Amino acid sequence: MARALINVPAKAKRGEVITIKTLISHVMETGFRHTTMGVRIPRDIIDTFVCTYNGEEIFRATLHSAIAANPFITFHTVATESGTLTFTWSGDSQFSQTETANIVVE
Amino acid sequence: MAQTRRSFLTTSTALASAALFPMPALAQAAPRVVVVGGGFGGTSVAREIKKLNPKVSVTLVEASPTFTACPFSNLVIGGLRDLKAQQFNYDKVRAAGVNVVIGTAIGVNASGQTLRLADVTLPYDRLVLSPGIDLRWDALPGYNEAAAAKMPHAWRAGEQTTLLRNQLTAMEDGGLVVMSVPANPFRCPPGPYERASLIAHYLKTSKPKSKLLVLDAKDAFSKQRLFQNAWKELYPNHLEWVSLSAGGKVNSVDPETNTLTTDFGKQAAKVANVIPPQRAGRIAELAGVTNQTGWCPIDPVTFESRQVPGIHVIGDATIAGAMPKSAFTANSQAKVCAAAVVKLLAGEKPAQPKLINTCYSVVAPDYGISVAGVYEPAGGVLADVKGSGGVSPADAPADARKTEAVYAEAWFRTITSEVFG
Repeated sequence: MARALINVPAKAKRGEVITIKTLISHVMETGFRHTTMGVRIPRDIIDTFVCTYNGEEIFRATLHSAIAANPFITFHTVATESGTLTFTWSGDSQFSQTETANIVVE
Repeated sequence: MAQTRRSFLTTSTALASAALFPMPALAQAAPRVVVVGGGFGGTSVAREIKKLNPKVSVTLVEASPTFTACPFSNLVIGGLRDLKAQQFNYDKVRAAGVNVVIGTAIGVNASGQTLRLADVTLPYDRLVLSPGIDLRWDALPGYNEAAAAKMPHAWRAGEQTTLLRNQLTAMEDGGLVVMSVPANPFRCPPGPYERASLIAHYLKTSKPKSKLLVLDAKDAFSKQRLFQNAWKELYPNHLEWVSLSAGGKVNSVDPETNTLTTDFGKQAAKVANVIPPQRAGRIAELAGVTNQTGWCPIDPVTFESRQVPGIHVIGDATIAGAMPKSAFTANSQAKVCAAAVVKLLAGEKPAQPKLINTCYSVVAPDYGISVAGVYEPAGGVLADVKGSGGVSPADAPADARKTEAVYAEAWFRTITSEVFG
């Protein structure tokens, strides 16, 4: 399991625009580098990030080789109802990790 | 007398030389060098120029009559050294023939070749700026000069060093100390980690229920493996380092509540040591030698500014390629710059230099580690000389660490006696 950090406000007012921050530890190996012996280092990146809010997809990002290690993704959404946000990062070598965070909307 | 063909040629040759090399003519009338900044760089360059050519009139401008050295000031914070041992005056510098002016430089007229102080204007043929760093009060939300009185940076030695030390001694056992470390570049790359070690040493020996949390805007740092091995061995319960990828970057601080905020959390500290982002000392910007980074691009052979001719910049204020911002670097650069300035004043071509740097860090009493490097101009910057330099071995026995702690102390005595003694 990679180390993933998520910042979702624990509470928000209905209709409020909230900021969500995520950071996951990942090498994001580009696939363009070679070892000193001249062997190409295979690509190993996260290529997809998806966030759902009570099952509904609210944010999706496609990542490419140019993204630096330990991708930090921040975005906004509108707090509509109490529930769970689910974050999934997936990519090369069957990498997949899912984390959740709860929010109370008043 | 009618001008013969021969005498005309002689005269025109002399005129041509004068036009090509205007400096020797000036140099014969006691050339004037003004140096700003009485730290390791400025004091060294002033004395070195005087030593290389006693005929040069050298003036050193420094705001404070007492210099407080940053290297080893982390030992003061850790309670292992008195601040007085860090302090030096300029008596010996004056005795070496340097005109020391205590005052603040407030402007440079580069085309008129004068440096302005509040009450006097100093003309120069060559100006050397060694202004060190300024703290950026605009870079970290919540952190300004007023906040620094509550959450000390202690990144310029003196009152701030004492303030941080006093906060640590006043803290009750069990308190959380939080340190914020900026992204590169900043003065003394291993400095925050030496400080973290010595604060942890103080907590372990005097306040064992307390802990230090280091919030870092970086994932990698100078002598990292050596520091981290030492921390594991010496301070497993008293020091926690949080890297950038673990959410360590501090985005804002609140001096009211002594709180530091990252992207993923808040830390309320009993003692907060906030090392903010930095830039070249103020006079560098006033002289027009800083670029958009806030630091000064220089020619690696002469240390002359890339932006303003006739002004040289050395030490922490420079963009010096692979050379770190350290006292030893400033001293190395001062010697190279002094030689170049003396050559330029004589209308000669400066030689290609090699420069060295060594940084000792004290991790605990009797536990020292070091990094050394050799540099030369290559491709317009100062580059590492391949195969030179290195760090202390990772698996050295305790007596080797003890020897390096002794070397560290000897290094400090040597450099300060060369510069101020």
